[in-house]
Amino acid sequence: MNKILISDPTLRDGNHAANHQISVQQIAAYCDGADAAGVPIVEVGHGNGIGASSLQLGESPIPDFDILRTAREHLPHSKLGIHVIPGFATIEKDLKPAIRAGVDVVRVASHCTEADITERHIGFAREAGKTVFGVLMMSHMASKELLAEEAKKMESYGAEGFIFMDSSGHFLPDDVTERVKTLLDVLEIPVGFHAHNNLGMAIANSIAAAKAGATMLDGTARGFGAGSGNAQLEVLVAVLERLGFKTGIDLYKLLDLSDLADRELLKEIPTIRSVSVVSGLAGVFSGFTKHVYRIAKQYEVDPRDVFFELGKRGVVAGQEDLIIEVASDLARKAKASS
Amino acid sequence: MKKLKVAIIGSGNIGTDLLIKVMRSPHLECGAFIGRNLSSPGMAKATAMGMNVSSESISYIESNPDCCELVFDATSAVDHQRHAPILRKLGKISIDLTPAQVGQMCVPAVNMRECLSEDNVNMVTCGGQASIPVAYALAQSHSGIDYIEVVSSIASRSAGPATRRNLDEYIHTTENGLRKFSGCRRTKAILNLNPAQPCVNMQTTVMAKVSNPKLDEFTKIFQKIAQTIREYVPGYETVVPPTIENNRIFTMVRVRGLGDYLPAYAGNLDIINCAAIAMAEEYAKNRRPALTEAGAPK
Repeated sequence: MNKILISDPTLRDGNHAANHQISVQQIAAYCDGADAAGVPIVEVGHGNGIGASSLQLGESPIPDFDILRTAREHLPHSKLGIHVIPGFATIEKDLKPAIRAGVDVVRVASHCTEADITERHIGFAREAGKTVFGVLMMSHMASKELLAEEAKKMESYGAEGFIFMDSSGHFLPDDVTERVKTLLDVLEIPVGFHAHNNLGMAIANSIAAAKAGATMLDGTARGFGAGSGNAQLEVLVAVLERLGFKTGIDLYKLLDLSDLADRELLKEIPTIRSVSVVSGLAGVFSGFTKHVYRIAKQYEVDPRDVFFELGKRGVVAGQEDLIIEVASDLARKAKASS
Repeated sequence: MKKLKVAIIGSGNIGTDLLIKVMRSPHLECGAFIGRNLSSPGMAKATAMGMNVSSESISYIESNPDCCELVFDATSAVDHQRHAPILRKLGKISIDLTPAQVGQMCVPAVNMRECLSEDNVNMVTCGGQASIPVAYALAQSHSGIDYIEVVSSIASRSAGPATRRNLDEYIHTTENGLRKFSGCRRTKAILNLNPAQPCVNMQTTVMAKVSNPKLDEFTKIFQKIAQTIREYVPGYETVVPPTIENNRIFTMVRVRGLGDYLPAYAGNLDIINCAAIAMAEEYAKNRRPALTEAGAPK
């Protein structure tokens, strides 16, 4: 039966939920557990990847290099992964030090229609001998044909696998199925999927991906991640095994790991809050949630209106500064009409 | 006054838009429009406009040194590294629109006069042209800045292949420019490409951390410098005036372009090109007689 390669970005996507404040102690503890459970790839870092600590997205108190070194020391078996977005991270400032820190898997990501900005980063990481996957984010904003065309570019740059992310948690299972099929028709390399749970579909969508032929899936402990979170890793692995897919992960130890995350990592378990439903419907990046709450409060506007307006403008991940523009606009309009 | 003869190398979006702006300038005329491929859209446009075009890249200027006194280099960072010594040897002024950082950085609203004595100036980046005046105003109104960060979003359609290949150089050059003009040691630049239709306007946000924010003073200086920018970039406007949010000073501007080669959303193209034209016109207005004679100096 089919084998699924699991990547666990609890310590990366989960950093969105922790305002990018996950500490080295937490990283060490989680990595020990993940390594023991046999999680194949553990992705670590700022929520938007290396080089992304910023006022725009939230500052991390720990330099990327220290984060990666800590994880490396506590992952004797599992591979250490990073998320890299060109436009935030540069080869010189960020990728080279990450490779020095001992990273194994480099996932180079762009907005779903902008694959050509990843060419140099993918090429560099391949030349450095790393395993390199291409990632397209916010993939609901491209048709399946366009997504496949962009993915094909990543393959031509040297990506050894391709993952599409439902960064807004907008997809329904059929959307995922048809995308995976189109991608498999076009690509020579394996296809993977990264889910968000805004509309309660993270597990269902991941399973749809696997059934359609995807061989790489992302999941996080307790679903810890941006907005309403990701596919819950322990549930995902359990369901996959029940369906006959193999992950190579020890379920009991994975459940222990998730309990550890609950104790050591999470202040609150991700749930689908009202605003997350709106963010999923509006197709806005899940990582915006905390910023939207904060800014909507300052400008005394409804965060749901802010999300729908951002959706109308077609904002992409990384454009968090537009939240202030939209909120101040809404506040001005509300004042003018009252 | 006799117009200053210029050449443009690079027939992509930047070069072609520059050509249209040069044609309109009362101080500049285009002696040669140079690329590598005569069938590119920019070349076709220049040919249709009756320009003297060449596909021989820098070697055209080497064999026809009389075609210009000043060269706009709109190729790529790697290419300009190679062109700069050649142009210097030929006695040409270079205005570099790539992030190669060979010459003095030039942001007209801040340091146009002092660039006149240079024979190679670097126009930083589009995001640099939009944000550095804001960073400069922050530095003028505060005794020290702990950190400055600049986020620019541009329409995907406005970013050609060279821009996309040069994202890292864009970031490093913008960060260096911010450091140079603000005196702040920690700077960060971020660039987003947004594919939304209709195309989004270029927007740039400057965020800063200072220990003792002086919002009123900063706002006053910022408004004055924005007015100066509008003299050469008419579409430079404030979207969110200086505001304090989450312990950071936040200012957002938008640049609407003149719609010369690409439509008005491509303010990123417009702001760096308008700055380059302003600088070239300043050279034209301040020519020393020696500079007006064609040919290499001894």
